[in-house]
This record gives sequence, C-alpha cells and structure tokens, in this order.
Amino acid sequence: MASFIQLLVSGLATGAIYALIAVGFTLLWQTSQTINFAQGEFVMLPAFFILAAMNAGAPFWLAALIGIALAVVILGLLFKVVIVDPMLKHGVLPLVISTIALSLFLKESAKDFYSSQAQPFPALVPAADIHILGAVISTQSLAVLAVAVVTIVALHFMLSKTRLGRAMQATAQNPTLALILGIPIRRMVLYTFLINAVLVAIASILISPIYLAKFTNGETLGMAAFIAAIIGGFNQVRGAILGGVILGVLDNLSAAYLSSQYRGAFPLLILIAIILLRPQGLLGRIEERAV
Amino acid sequence: MNRAGAAAAFIIAIFAVAAPFFLKPFGIFLISIWAVLTIAAIGLNLTLGYAGQVSLAQGAFVGIGAYAVALLTQAGYPFALAFAAAGGLCFAIGWSLGYPALRVQHHYLAFVTLAFTTLVFLVLRNEEWLTNGIYGINGIARPTFFGWSTRSALNFYFLCLGTLATLSAATWWMLRSPWGRAFVALRENPIRALSLGLDTRRYTLMAFAIGSSLGGFSGGLYAPLVQFIDPGSFALGMSFNLLLMVIVGGSGYFFGPFVGALVAVLLPEWTRIAQGYYLIIYAALVMVMMAFCPSGILGLIDRVSKVISRSGRSAPALGAEGIGS
Repeated sequence: MASFIQLLVSGLATGAIYALIAVGFTLLWQTSQTINFAQGEFVMLPAFFILAAMNAGAPFWLAALIGIALAVVILGLLFKVVIVDPMLKHGVLPLVISTIALSLFLKESAKDFYSSQAQPFPALVPAADIHILGAVISTQSLAVLAVAVVTIVALHFMLSKTRLGRAMQATAQNPTLALILGIPIRRMVLYTFLINAVLVAIASILISPIYLAKFTNGETLGMAAFIAAIIGGFNQVRGAILGGVILGVLDNLSAAYLSSQYRGAFPLLILIAIILLRPQGLLGRIEERAV
Repeated sequence: MNRAGAAAAFIIAIFAVAAPFFLKPFGIFLISIWAVLTIAAIGLNLTLGYAGQVSLAQGAFVGIGAYAVALLTQAGYPFALAFAAAGGLCFAIGWSLGYPALRVQHHYLAFVTLAFTTLVFLVLRNEEWLTNGIYGINGIARPTFFGWSTRSALNFYFLCLGTLATLSAATWWMLRSPWGRAFVALRENPIRALSLGLDTRRYTLMAFAIGSSLGGFSGGLYAPLVQFIDPGSFALGMSFNLLLMVIVGGSGYFFGPFVGALVAVLLPEWTRIAQGYYLIIYAALVMVMMAFCPSGILGLIDRVSKVISRSGRSAPALGAEGIGS
C-alpha cells in the first residue's frame, strides 16, 4: 500500500508535467490546426537555455526567467512566423513534415552546440522526504505537482474567465464567426503560440531535474504529449489534462507491477486502443469533416 | 509521363549500372544502400504519395524484413525463400495493422504508426531468445545463386540493383493496371474517387499493405548488405528518414523515392566538411523546401519545366501532375 501511494504520487507528478505539454499541443491544434511534432523538443530546449544562462553567471531564478523569455520568442513567436505561417496555405501534411524536420533540427542543435552528455539540472526545492501513511514522498514530486496545478488553474482561469481567454476560445471554435464579431483572430492565434511556449518552458523546468537535461529527452516527452492529447481528446483542454494524468499514473504503476521491460509499450497500447475504439478521445467531441 | 518516365528510367539504369565501376568499395556500399532504401521509399510513396496517408511505420517494416531474413537464413533456409517470407510477412502485418488503423486517418494514422514502430523496436530489443536483444545479429551471410556468389561488394550491388529494377517495374506495372489507376484516383481527388464508387478504404489498405511488403523486401536486402542488424537501426529515426526521402524527392511522383533516397544517402557524404552538422543542414533544407515547394525536388522540376513549356506554347502540358500532399 505504501509503495502504491508512492507510485501514485510520483505518477501524478509526471502526469501533471505531461498534461502541461499536452495542453499546449491541443491549443495549437485547436486554433491553427498545427500538429507540432517538435513539441517534445520544445520541452527539451528551454532547459538548455537556462543552463546556458547559468553558465554565464545568472542565478537560477533569473536563468529560469531568461529561459522562459527565450522560449516565448523562439518557440512561440519565431516558430509561428517563420515555420507555421508560410506553411498553412499548403495544408496540414507539409506542416507535419516540417515540424518533424524541426524536431530533428532542434535535437541536433542541442547536441552539437551544447553537449551530447546528460546535464544535471537544479531542482526547484531541496531534496527531502516526507512520510505520510508509511509512504515516502519526495518534496520534489510535491513541488512539481504544485507548480503544474497552479499553472493549469491559472491557464484555465484565463481561458474561461477573462475577455481575452473567451476571445481565444471563440477563435478556436469558429474563426469566421469570431472575425465577424470583431475578434482579431490572427493575434489570438499568436497568443496561443506564446502560451504554448510558456507551458513547455515550465514543463522543461519541472522535468529536467528528474530526467537530466539531454538532447534526446524530446522523443519520449513528445510521444507522451501526443498520447495524452489523444487519450483525453484532441479538441479539449480538459481532455489533455485528464490524458496526461492518466498516462503518468499508468506509466508508473505498470512499470512497477507489470513489466519494466515493456514499460514503454503500455502507453502505446492504450493509444492504439483509444484511437480504434474512441478516436475522439475520452472527453472529445467528434469533429465534423467538411468536404 | 510515359515518354519522360521511360527516358528517366533509361538514364537511371545507365548511371546505376555504370557507377560502381568508377567507385571505391565504400562508394559501392553507398549506392547499394541507395538501392535498398529506394525500395522501402517506393513502398512508402504508395502509402503517402498515392493514398495520402502519413505512415511512420516503414522503418519498422524494414526492420521486420531484415530480422526475418537474418533469422531464417541463419536457421538454414535458402535466401530466396527468406526474402519472399520477409515481403509476405510484412504484407500480412501491414494488412492487419492497416485494417483497423485506416479507420482513422491523417494525423491519427501518423500516431498509430509511430506507436507501432516503437512497439516493434521494444519487441526486437526485449525478446532476446529470438532477436538477441540489443547485441543484434552478426555475420549475416550473402547468398549464392546457382554458383553466382554475391559476397563481393560489386556482385551484391548488382543483386540490390536487380531487385530494385524488378520491384519498381512491378510497381510501375501495377500503377498502370486498372487496379492501380485507383491509387492515382485516390491521389488526385479522394472524395471524387469515393463518389465514383471506388472503395477508397479498401484501396488505401491495399496501398498500405503493398507498401509495407516493399519495406520488408528492402529489409531483406539490408540485412545481408550491412551484415549486422540491431534494434536501434530500425527505431523511429529510420521511419523519419524514409518519410523525409519520399517528401524531398517528391511524393506522388514515381521517381521521387529514387531522387529522395539519393539525396539522403549522398548529403551526409557531401557535407562531411560540416561534420556533425549535416543533420542540422538537412533538417533546415527540408523546412525550407516545405515552405517553398512542398511537392519536392521533382515537383520543383515539374513546375519549372511547365513554366518553360508554357512560355513556348499556350496549351498547358498534360503530364504527370503530382500533388505534394
């Protein structure tokens, strides 16, 4: 029981990080039909920005802010303007290919310009254990959970309670109508890209102390984000959160109780099952396809 | 298409036959790799270029084919049988993967095939009793046909080239048969094809299964060519590479895979000066190409030649109209 609670908490912590990544992923999809195959590399990269800033002498908090700011400019603004905008007129497929190439580009750049070795990354809180009901829970897991939950709640508040957030939702649901109602949809789409950049930067800060900062991190993280988004429902922010949490918990539990060799296989089997049985995801709506 | 296509095939054939006599052993190895990867890319082009579905499973099929040939020949079966088994096995797996997976399309299919590739990698890595796990399989023998040994690099290259010629001729023939015309119809306008009574799902599945079997054949040559296989070679990276080959060459163009595989094989050698940076350069080139010419190198040539012929005479040239997506 004690080990179950431990696994559950660490699973929730990983799941919350997956949720952050997946939420950004679905936001891009909803507003601009961008399927970002480089999303995992987007999470990998900010850790290296932060490490570079710290190497230059900045304290961790300042380096983290610099990292987030760089992520917003490079992974938000530049990504939108340089990669996505010229491609949208060609349809979904070329953009998919382009983001696949981008993931390769970012991965190789991190390897060649920073290091091919895994880099230690500072944790948010000093490592300590808390004993609850006989289970040993690390402060790090709790800190990750807290930051992720606060981020998601803040995002949710912004999207549903503020005027800006509602305008963004309107843009996602019906761009034409939103435009007629006077919503500057191009700017709203840009905002989702910036929000995605902030989310991946936060995810990067949370995950890098656990996985170490390594150029290959994006492969597993990107996959986790896709799977979480698909499990929950591609067109729902709530779905992505649910999917991320389910994935994190299942991943940890299956590795402990079923087979650690095939740990990577369980999420994939869930993915295949969901796509075949309920392609719109657990919380998703069926999208009508216009001919 | 026909006259230009025949001319293109003729030119490729002359170069491919003459090339090894001017090359050092490593050069012969490279063009052998080119021939092998082209077979897999032709298969993927059926799925992507004609049926319009993004598949990230082609590398896994190459892996399945490679392991099938390696294991069967080491168990004492003749190469020809093992090679046929590799294609057949991949056809069967492709069919059974595609049958449920093609209910969902586009990006969903990309994710299902991505998951499939990772699953295949995990099985190859974990089932050590069969595949020897991460250590891979060593010393895969090159076959001998009726006393003609393919142990030398040159002879093995001609085996690869001959197989490529046979399989691409078969694909060409298939695409020109009434049955294969349906693939072209799928490419040009899937909704119209559906309205005309084509069972598009069935043809998409067929394209996927045939494409998968070509991946298996490619793997069947890859194993004896490299003579060492391990699970890492067939992870997601290879599927991405094959996908980029088809796109760079020009998806939906018959000769697209030939060009794309050539670029993918030669570019790392040409940009040797750039050392480790060649993948960065390659990725950047692909992004630029997607922005300005998503129909690939052959699409670009097509466009340029159309502009030239249009300035010559007013009637637009009727020809291979490939769409890039």
